[in-house]
Amino acid sequence: MYRYDEFDHTLVSERVHQFRDQVERRLAGELTEDQFKPLRLMNGLYLQLHAYMLRVAVPYGTLSSTQMRKLAFVARRYDKGYGHFTTRQNIQFNWPKLEETPDILAELAEVEMHAIQTSGNCIRNTTSDQFAGAAADEIEDPRVYCEIIRQWSTLHPEFTFLPRKFKIAVTGADHDRAAVRVHDIGLQMCRNEAGEVGFEVIVGGGLGRTPVIGQTIREFLPKQHLLSYLEAILRVYNQLGRRDNLYKARIKILVRSEGIESFSRMVEEEWSHIKDSALQLPLDEIARIENYFAAPRYEHLDDNVREFEVKRFEDREFASWVRTNVTAHKQPGYAVATISLKPVGKPPGDASAWQMDAVADLAESYSFSEIRVTHEQNLVLAHVKKADLYALWLGLRDLELATPNAGLLSDMIACPGLDYCNLANARSIPVAQRISERFSDLERQHDIGALKIKISGCINACGHHHVGHIGLLGVDKKGEEFYQITLGGSADENTAIGKIVGPAFSYDDVVGAVEDIVDTYLEYRTDGEEFNDTYRRVGLAPFKEKLYAAH
Amino acid sequence: MPLIKEGVLAEDNWQSLADEDNLVDGPIVVSLERWQEERESLLARNTPLGLRLRSDQSPALVVDDLERFSVVALEFPKFADGRAYSYARLLRDRYGFKGEVRAVGHVFRDQFLLMQRCGFDAFEVADPAAVEAWEQAVSEISVTYQPGADARRPALALRRSRPAVA
Repeated sequence: MYRYDEFDHTLVSERVHQFRDQVERRLAGELTEDQFKPLRLMNGLYLQLHAYMLRVAVPYGTLSSTQMRKLAFVARRYDKGYGHFTTRQNIQFNWPKLEETPDILAELAEVEMHAIQTSGNCIRNTTSDQFAGAAADEIEDPRVYCEIIRQWSTLHPEFTFLPRKFKIAVTGADHDRAAVRVHDIGLQMCRNEAGEVGFEVIVGGGLGRTPVIGQTIREFLPKQHLLSYLEAILRVYNQLGRRDNLYKARIKILVRSEGIESFSRMVEEEWSHIKDSALQLPLDEIARIENYFAAPRYEHLDDNVREFEVKRFEDREFASWVRTNVTAHKQPGYAVATISLKPVGKPPGDASAWQMDAVADLAESYSFSEIRVTHEQNLVLAHVKKADLYALWLGLRDLELATPNAGLLSDMIACPGLDYCNLANARSIPVAQRISERFSDLERQHDIGALKIKISGCINACGHHHVGHIGLLGVDKKGEEFYQITLGGSADENTAIGKIVGPAFSYDDVVGAVEDIVDTYLEYRTDGEEFNDTYRRVGLAPFKEKLYAAH
Repeated sequence: MPLIKEGVLAEDNWQSLADEDNLVDGPIVVSLERWQEERESLLARNTPLGLRLRSDQSPALVVDDLERFSVVALEFPKFADGRAYSYARLLRDRYGFKGEVRAVGHVFRDQFLLMQRCGFDAFEVADPAAVEAWEQAVSEISVTYQPGADARRPALALRRSRPAVA
C-alpha cells in the first residue's frame, strides 16, 4: 500500500487546519451558508435531508486494517455506529455534527486519510479494480497510476472549479471491473506493438440523466505522459465545457457536441505544448510508487490445497460461499475473498463499527492487513491463503458477513435514495431490501446465477441503473413513487446502456415485476447463458409480454 | 475596490471603463469588444492599456496583441466559474505574458492560493477583510503536487532533490 511521506502528511494536516478555520468562520457567522457551501463541498461535507453527511475518500478503494479501525472509531464516536460504503469506493457517515467534522478529519489524517475532493466540481477520487494486484488477467497494478493521479489532482489549482464533477477510473486487467467506459476519463492499461505498457484513453463516458459510453481518444499513451495528457483533456474541458446548464456540463456532452475527432484534435494541440513539461513522469518516480504496491510476501504454495478441498466437500454452506464469493488469485495457493455487505433485508453497503473492527482483524490475520472497497459496495480481502479460507469464513459468519451472494441477484447496487438524499424521487434501499427478501432463498439465487440489479432513486443515476442487467429508476408520478425498468445494461468491457422495457411500475408492484423478468429469463435461457446473453438473443419482446400481460 | 498586490493593499492606478464610458486620461482597462473596435485610437493615446476578458473570452483571441497590454483582467462572474484559472495558466505558461494578471469579480480569500498558483498577481476584492487574510490564505497549504505558474516547487521536484536514502 502507499504510505505517506512528509509531504503528504503535511498537506493533509494543513488541509484539516484550513477546514477547521472555515468551519469556525461559518459557526461565527462570518460566512453565510451560501459562501460556506462550496468550501464544505470541497471537503466532502454535504447537507442532506436530515443532517450533514461526510464522505471520506478511500483512494482507489484500498484500506489498511489500521485505517478500517479508524473508520470504526469515527462511526462509533461521531456517528450512529455505522458507515455506508459507496459505489465510488468511498465511505459516508450520515450523522456527523458540523462542529465536530474538523475533529473527524484530524482523526482521519492520523491514519493517512482525508475527505479532499470527495465532492464539488473537481477531480474526484480515482477508482479502480477491486482485484488489483491479485487478478490473473492483469497487465500491471493500476493503483500505481491511481496514486500518481491522486497526487496530481489533489488541490489542483486550475481544476478546482470545473464545469462539473470529474471522475477517472483505471483498470489494469482485460476484464473491466472498474467500469472505465462510463467515466469522464477511463484508462485501460494495454501494450503497444513494441510490448511497452501504457494506456488506452477513453473519454466522455458517464451515467446520470444522459448515459453515454466513452470513446477512445488515444489508443496508446506512454506512461510517462499520463499526467500531461490528463492535464490537456482537463484544460480543454475547463475552458469549453458548458456552464449554463447543470445537466449539460459533464465532459460527455462536450465530447458529443464537438465530435470525438474534433475534441481529440483540441486535446492533442494542447498536449503538444505541455507534453515535455515538468508534468512528464520520471521513470524513477513511477518506480518509487510501484515499490509501495509490490506484491506481498506470499508463501510458495501448491495451488491444490487438500484441507480446503476437504472442507468444501464437507460443509455445503462453505462450498456455496466459495462458489460465489471466492475468486481465483494469480499466486498459487491464494484466493480473493469478497465480503458481502448485502445480507438479506439490509441496506446495501452498510457496515457497523463492530463489523469494521472485526474485518480489520480478519484482514490482519489472513490478508496482509489490507482491505478493498468495491464499487459494488462490498469489501474484499485480496490475498487469502486457500488453507485459511475456512477459518476466514467462520469468522465472517459470526459477523453476519458471510452471505454467499457476490455477483448474484441480491448483490445489488442501490443509491441512498429518498431515505437520505434530497435529490431523490423515490426510495431505493427499501426496494433493494424487498427484492432481497423476495429472493431470500439462496438456492434459487444460485440457480438464477450471475445477475446485476442496480437501483437509482432519481435520474442522477448514483445507483448506476443504466448499466444494470436489470436497472430500476425511481420516478415521481403525481407525488407517487414509480420505477422505470431497463434491461440489458452492462458496465464491463461490453459496456451497454439498458433499454427501457415499458411503462413504470408502482412501489408495490416493482418487486413482482423484477420477479417476472427473472422468470422470463429462466424460461428462455439456454445452457450457460447469462442474463444479458439471453436478453440480446431474444430481445425485449418476451419480457414486455410477461410484464404487461400480467399487470 | 481594494486591490491586493504582493500581499498588501495597493493603490490602483487603473480605471476600468465600461464600453459606454468616455475615455479618460491615465491608464485604462477596456473590454475586448472596445479593444477590437477602437484599437487604433486606443493605441494612439500612448498611455498604458489594460484588457478585460469575460470568462467566455480566452486570451487566445488576442495572442498577437498581448504585448500591447500592461494588465489583463480576468473576470470571475461567480465563484464557481473556473475558466479564468486556465486562461491565467495560458497567459503565463504559453504566451509568456509578463504584465499584471488581475482577478476581478467574485474574488474571495479562499481562492487566493489557487489563483496565485495559476499566475494571478493582482486581486480586486469586495471585502476589505480579505486583505488581512491574505498571508494565511496563501500559506496555509505549503505542499503542492503539481507544477503551476508560480515559483512553488512541487513535491515531486522536492522529493527528487533529496539525498538518496541508502
